Amino acid sequence: MAGLDEGSALFIQIAERLADQIAEGTLAEGERAPSTNELSAYYRINPATAAKGLNVMIDDGLLEKRRGIGMFVSSGARQQLLDSRRKQFADRFVDPLIAEATRLGINTNELVALIENSNHTPGGTNS
Amino acid sequence: MTSAISVDALSRKYRGQLALDNVSFNVESHSITGLLGRNGAGKTTLLRIVAGNEFATSGKVTVDGADPATNDVVLRHMVFVREDQAYPEIRVGQALLVASWFYPNWDSALASSLLDEFNLPVKRRVKKLSRGMRSALGILIGLAARADVTLFDEPYAGLDPVARQIFYDRLLAEYADYPRTILLSTHLIDEAAGLLNRVVVLDKGRLVLDAETDDLRGAATSVSGPIAAVEEFCTGRTVWNRQPVAAHETAVVAGAMGDDDRARAVALHVTLEPQTLQQVVVHAARANATDTLERTNA
Repeated sequence: MAGLDEGSALFIQIAERLADQIAEGTLAEGERAPSTNELSAYYRINPATAAKGLNVMIDDGLLEKRRGIGMFVSSGARQQLLDSRRKQFADRFVDPLIAEATRLGINTNELVALIENSNHTPGGTNS
Repeated sequence: MTSAISVDALSRKYRGQLALDNVSFNVESHSITGLLGRNGAGKTTLLRIVAGNEFATSGKVTVDGADPATNDVVLRHMVFVREDQAYPEIRVGQALLVASWFYPNWDSALASSLLDEFNLPVKRRVKKLSRGMRSALGILIGLAARADVTLFDEPYAGLDPVARQIFYDRLLAEYADYPRTILLSTHLIDEAAGLLNRVVVLDKGRLVLDAETDDLRGAATSVSGPIAAVEEFCTGRTVWNRQPVAAHETAVVAGAMGDDDRARAVALHVTLEPQTLQQVVVHAARANATDTLERTNA
């Protein structure tokens, strides 16, 4: 099970990995997604689990099936992912960050200063 | 899906000792099922009965709807790879030849590629092989037989991690190209977890768990932190196990965790960690042991 963790359902992890690749742009829109058997061999998982992961992506509208050839990244999939991830950003990252900062006695100004002085300043555009 | 193997109220008694106690479950056609449990749990006895090598004391097993012990067609479409497979005085190449006569779907190209991958010496006597090589030979026969029903009983005694990876990779590739029903008993649960659609867990001859692997992942979570906080978090939940260390405690609770639970954990300063399949299986067996103890004391 190369690179997967044990704790949560594998098909969800497979779907998340594919979503990551689409969001990063390494799996471009219109490109063919890995097949069930390719995913199964790569992650060393049961093909049924791989198929379930792909089906999650289809249900979410991120992949589309072209009969006889395979599954392809839908147009607009990347934007859809970025939009939903931006919505989740506060819940997933900002709230825990503030909770830990509060525990350590770091106030808001100090926290902002830490972010501004970080080596990993946001490099993306505002598009 | 249809069941390839159906085990119905199966019991097996040896000199008054119940090796299998009223076990019932089904194995879906074209699935990979893990048969898990401690030594002496009854895994080998169960597989031997499925393979028609042994009879039930009560209850029954059917394979593709027929009794495996009396149906020759079923037997030829089933391969059973045992941990302690005994071979007559023959060489590796001869063992493969015999297997190729017996199994109607035998794939000799696959057999020879596996011979290379496992570095098996064709001319050596099977009895002179090391334990790991004998396991590799069993795995080779189990895969190359391309039998509809493939039973592996702890197939990898003495195999090194590289050879085990070859086994997993080839098993998946074979299963993808030629789907078949695979029942695999193993102690290396986390290593094999990704391969399995379903797990069946035996403990002291009884069935203690029969579930989809995906439903079990994250089916239990460990909660650790200061005792008071952990106890507060655990209120109203099923706790499988508690392990205190000084003022600190780790508890294992049943059930998956949602966003609300995670937020509560942050607020209480406790750490949540999902349990692996292996840990879930260990807890299930332990719960059975406690239960048995309670029944004995009652």
